Amino acid sequence: MTEDMGKFKCKSCSKEMENEIFVLNMWVCPYCNYHHSINAGDRLRITVDENSFVEIGKNIDSIDFLNFYDTRAYSTRLKEAKLKTGMDEAIMVGEAKIEGIDVAIGIMNFGFMGGSMGSVVGEKIKILSDCSIEKKIPLVVFCASGGARMQEGAISLMQMAKTVSCINRVKENRIPYISVITNPTSGGVSASFATLADIIIAEPNSLFCFAGPRVIKQTIKKNPPSDFGSAERNLINGQIDMIVNRSDLKKILTSILELFR
Amino acid sequence: MVNLKKLQDVPKTYVKEVLGELSRLEKLKKIPFFTGIHFKDAERELIRKIENYKKIGKDAERVWKIIELSRNEKRPQCRDYINGIFKNFVNLSGDRLGGEDRSIIAGLGKIDGKTVAVIGHNKGKDIKERMEYNFGMSTPYGYRKSQRIMELANRFGFPIITFVDTPGAYPAIEAEDNGQAAAIAKSISVMLEVKVPVISILIGEGGSGGALALAVGNEVYMLENSTYSVISPEGCAAILWKDPAGTKLAARELRLTSRDLMKLGVIDKVIPEPLGGAQNAPERMVKIVRKYIIDALQKYEDISGEELKSARACKFESMGFFSKG
Ligand SMILES: [Zn+2]
Repeated sequence: MTEDMGKFKCKSCSKEMENEIFVLNMWVCPYCNYHHSINAGDRLRITVDENSFVEIGKNIDSIDFLNFYDTRAYSTRLKEAKLKTGMDEAIMVGEAKIEGIDVAIGIMNFGFMGGSMGSVVGEKIKILSDCSIEKKIPLVVFCASGGARMQEGAISLMQMAKTVSCINRVKENRIPYISVITNPTSGGVSASFATLADIIIAEPNSLFCFAGPRVIKQTIKKNPPSDFGSAERNLINGQIDMIVNRSDLKKILTSILELFR
Repeated sequence: MVNLKKLQDVPKTYVKEVLGELSRLEKLKKIPFFTGIHFKDAERELIRKIENYKKIGKDAERVWKIIELSRNEKRPQCRDYINGIFKNFVNLSGDRLGGEDRSIIAGLGKIDGKTVAVIGHNKGKDIKERMEYNFGMSTPYGYRKSQRIMELANRFGFPIITFVDTPGAYPAIEAEDNGQAAAIAKSISVMLEVKVPVISILIGEGGSGGALALAVGNEVYMLENSTYSVISPEGCAAILWKDPAGTKLAARELRLTSRDLMKLGVIDKVIPEPLGGAQNAPERMVKIVRKYIIDALQKYEDISGEELKSARACKFESMGFFSKG
């Protein structure tokens, strides 16, 4: 993504356009409909009613409990991610209204360490689930993640069991749960709370899989087909309910939420 | 002056860093009136760093030996534990949704006079068997077969025993098209839901989500030289170090040994292995594991289904380390 001189070049069709047009079009290319990644703040702005979002679990913070050091320390990576994204973690959770309907909403941010799930993402999903159960309001989660956070070792793997357990309780309490798959959603997040929703919506051209194309390539020693793991392929294979353009998402979410009222 | 011979035991990926630092110091030394650095201190610091890297390298070698043991094909496998522990074992096949996956063995058998469900990854011993069982890498068919047997056990009140031994879920296009992510998530969900005791034992390699799909137990045990990890050391090195030379270091950083995971509260018990590893005395290993299973079943004998379920949920929901500011 290049954003110099007020121009934006589409990642998919390479067409250049005014930044303003691109942003007005919700970061979707108006020439080829490629849905570019957006950060959690922008996602929130285009999804929930103005000033309706109240963040919860804000005081929860990651710690480098393993002193994990690869080429840099996990603690350093965390600091950098916070500076880069202006966010505290790979997910932001809270209460909000969508066309006046109360929801418990979680929005993941791929920009924060690849949207990876560690202890904090797990705990925030738990807080959010508890909130939806307590207030009896639908749960909506926008997913974007490369998988579990390796810097937390097996504890990050355990977050899969933790979040699944939370979603089980949401379902037992007959709270509707909608997950929105955005590009990309893979690994530990896709194999836990993302796929267990009552209704799964995906944005066009979003990658949604367990093992990503790079891993597949290593196994079969050639490139997987270009549509591998795409929303479009997942729809044909019965893995998602629908593909919805970003510009229609709020409307579709509203009509689904209305059905459960 | 730092002796270059000292670099011999420094892990490859750190050598570059040390050499870079060294040449930087040398360059600065050549500037006649440069006083910005106290060279003696800088060199002492560098030597300390080298010593630390050596220590890390040595420890990584220790962990790597455990990895090799966990992958040793002479270790008793799921099939051996089934033959040695359960009487009247009846093997059950198929997910009833379109497939059968032989990388997971599932069935019913008796232990101590009680019927239990047994489910486990099977890697196979020689190359022919390994191909047949797909090296213990499962597809959605396998996870869904396992769900079917767990639900069956749940209905009849049979405790569930699982043996975990997999490099990970099968990374293949067909598996993905068939909903690998959904199959794993559902397996985890079913394991959390059942109202019978669930005992999970990691007997070799515990690779990522494919392992967790069979490891959500009331009791989770690891054999002393088994491993349990969010990603393989090879995969981790490729992503974080961007260099296969980082594999052993990754193995150490991931804290994937039974001792580490006991400390972190991920598992409940470490099962000791015969001297040198389970492969040295497979039959004795099977006997030891049998004893642990019987004790675990006894522990949960009088606990209600509801309690079993909520204890399991509580245990996994409380996992994680974070600060609450
Ligand atoms: Zn375009």
